[in-house]
Amino acid sequence: MIRSTLFLGVSLTLEKKLHPNAIRRLILDQSKRANVGHIGSCLCVAEILAALYGEVMKGKPGDADRDRFILSKGHAALALYAVLRLLGEITDEELNTFCCDGSFFGVHPERAVPGIDFSTGSLGHGLSIAVGAALAARMQKSQRRLFCLISDAECNEGSVWEAVMFAAHHKLHNLHVIIDANGQQAFGLTRDVLNASNLNERWKSFGWRVSEVDGHSVSALVNVLSSESNDSAPHVVIATTTFGRGVSFMEQGRPLSQAHLPVQPINWHYLPMSDQEYKIALAELERAH
Amino acid sequence: MRRAFVQSLCRLAAQDPRIVLLTGDLGYLVMEPFQRQFPDRFFNAGVAEQNMIGLATGLAEAGFLPYTYSIATFAALRPFEFIRNGPVMHNLPVRMVGMGAGFEYGHAGPTHYGTEDVAVLRTLAGLTVVIPADPAQTTTAMLATSKLPGPVYYSLGKDDGAVLPELAGQFELGRIQIVREGRDLAIVTMGTLVREALAAADELAAHGVEACVAVVSNFNPDPVDDLADLLANHSQAITVEAQALSGGLAACVGTVIASHGLACRLKPLAVRTPPDGTSGSQQDRWRKHGLDRAGIVSSVLATARGACQ
Repeated sequence: MIRSTLFLGVSLTLEKKLHPNAIRRLILDQSKRANVGHIGSCLCVAEILAALYGEVMKGKPGDADRDRFILSKGHAALALYAVLRLLGEITDEELNTFCCDGSFFGVHPERAVPGIDFSTGSLGHGLSIAVGAALAARMQKSQRRLFCLISDAECNEGSVWEAVMFAAHHKLHNLHVIIDANGQQAFGLTRDVLNASNLNERWKSFGWRVSEVDGHSVSALVNVLSSESNDSAPHVVIATTTFGRGVSFMEQGRPLSQAHLPVQPINWHYLPMSDQEYKIALAELERAH
Repeated sequence: MRRAFVQSLCRLAAQDPRIVLLTGDLGYLVMEPFQRQFPDRFFNAGVAEQNMIGLATGLAEAGFLPYTYSIATFAALRPFEFIRNGPVMHNLPVRMVGMGAGFEYGHAGPTHYGTEDVAVLRTLAGLTVVIPADPAQTTTAMLATSKLPGPVYYSLGKDDGAVLPELAGQFELGRIQIVREGRDLAIVTMGTLVREALAAADELAAHGVEACVAVVSNFNPDPVDDLADLLANHSQAITVEAQALSGGLAACVGTVIASHGLACRLKPLAVRTPPDGTSGSQQDRWRKHGLDRAGIVSSVLATARGACQ
C-alpha cells in the first residue's frame, strides 16, 4: 500500500496553506494504486482547491455557518479526497480504500465522506443545489458563502442556465462559482464539441459578476475569490487551467505506454497510468518541488 | 385537491417556519393564499423544474422543509434524475407535488397527462409516493407525512369538489382503505378513479357480483400486508389506474399475489397504449382506456364469463 501522508519528506501543509503538488502527489498515488483514470481532471483543479481550502473558505467542519463547497464536476473527487486527507478530515486508511469494493470513496464524491455535503457526479446538478444552499444561507441570515466548482463542458447542461438565471434574479451574492476552464470534454476539445469560448460574455449577460483568472495561480485565485464587491450579483470565476497540469506528458496528451492512441489531452480523462508513466509523473512533481 | 393542498400547507407552515413553497410557475389563483401569508417563504422558480428540485435539495440540506409544485409530468418526469440524485440519494425532506394526475388535463393533450408519475417515482426506494383519492384524504395524508425525515411525492387531482364520503379522509402509511365490502371480487384502485370503481361496484351488484373496493393511497412503504390479507380472501382481483401498466398499482398488486403464493387471478386495467394524437376530457380518456365504470364492469363480467367457461 502506498504511503501518502508525506510529500517528499516535507510537511503536507506549508504555513497552513495547502500545497497544490501535495494534492497532486496523492492524486497520482491513489490513481495508480486503484488503477483508474480521471487523472487529468483531478490534476488541473489542484490550485483551485488549494486556494479554497487553504485560504478562502472560513469556518470549521461541523459549524453551521462554515463556508460550503460543492464539487459539481464530481469526477474530480479524488482531488477533493486529497485535500480532505491533507487537512486531516480523513485518514490514510480511509483514502486507501479509494475505488475498493464497498468503499465510500468512489470516483465521484459521496456525502457519507466527512467534509462532503453533497453527492455529485451527474453534470449540471451541483449548481442548482448550490443556489438552493445560498438561498438558504440568506434566509437564515448566515454569513456563510457557497463555492461551487463546475467545468466549462458542464455548461453544456441546460440546468446550469436554469440555476444561473435564478441566482442572478435573486441576487445571491453569497454564491461563488468557479469554472474549471480546461477546454476539454469527453470527445476532445470543448470548442469542437459545443463551442462556448465566450463564457465571460454569456455569464455577464445573465447578470453575474465575472472574474477571469489563471487557474494555476493560488494567489490570483485567492485574490479574486476573496474580493469584496458592492455588486449584488452572484460571482463567477472563470479559471483557465491545463488538463493534466503538473505532468508534462499528460498536458501534451501523450500516453507513453499506448503509442497507438492519438495525441490529445483527453486521453488522460480515461487512462490509468502504467508503472513507467507513474514513475515519470512522480519524478516531474519532485523536480517541480 | 388543489385547494385542500394549499390550505393544509398554510396550516402546516403557520406552525413550522422551516416550510417553504417553490412553484415551477404554476398554480395561478391557487397558490396565492400561501404567497400572501408567507411572502418570504414563497419562490417562483420559473419554468425550470430541474433547478426547482435542485434548489429544494440545497434548502432541505440547510434545514428547510421545501414543497415543490408543478403539473405531474413536469414535476416528476422532467427532473426525475434530480429527484433521484437529490432528495432521494441524500434522504432529505423535500415534498414534491404533481398536479393533475392521470388524464385530468384532458383537453391539454398527451404532453400534459400524468400517466407515469406514480409508476416511475415508485421505482425510487426511499421516496414515499402518496396518491390521495379526494380532498379530505389529501389533508390527512399531508399532515400524516409532513414530519417524515425523507422525501415525499404527492400525486394530486385538481378537483376539490369530488368528495368520497366512504373514505372519510382516512390515510395511513403502508395501509389500504376498504371503502366497499364484497366477497366475489376485489377492485383495487387509487386516486381520482376510486369514484369510478365505486360506481362500477354498484353496477356489478345489479349483475349479482359483489365487489369489494380497496383504495391504495401510498407506496414506499407499499401496503403489502393489507393487500396480502385482502387478496387471500378473493379469487379475483382487478386493478384500476390511470397509470402506465409497468411499475404502478398493477405491478405492486401482482408482486404481492406472486410473492405470497396467493390463488388470486389479477386483471390489470391501466394505460397500455402509447399516445395516438387524440385528446379529450378525463372521462373520455378513461373510457378510451377502459378505466371508467363501464370499462371496469365489462372487464369484470368478461373475466367472470371466462372463468366460468
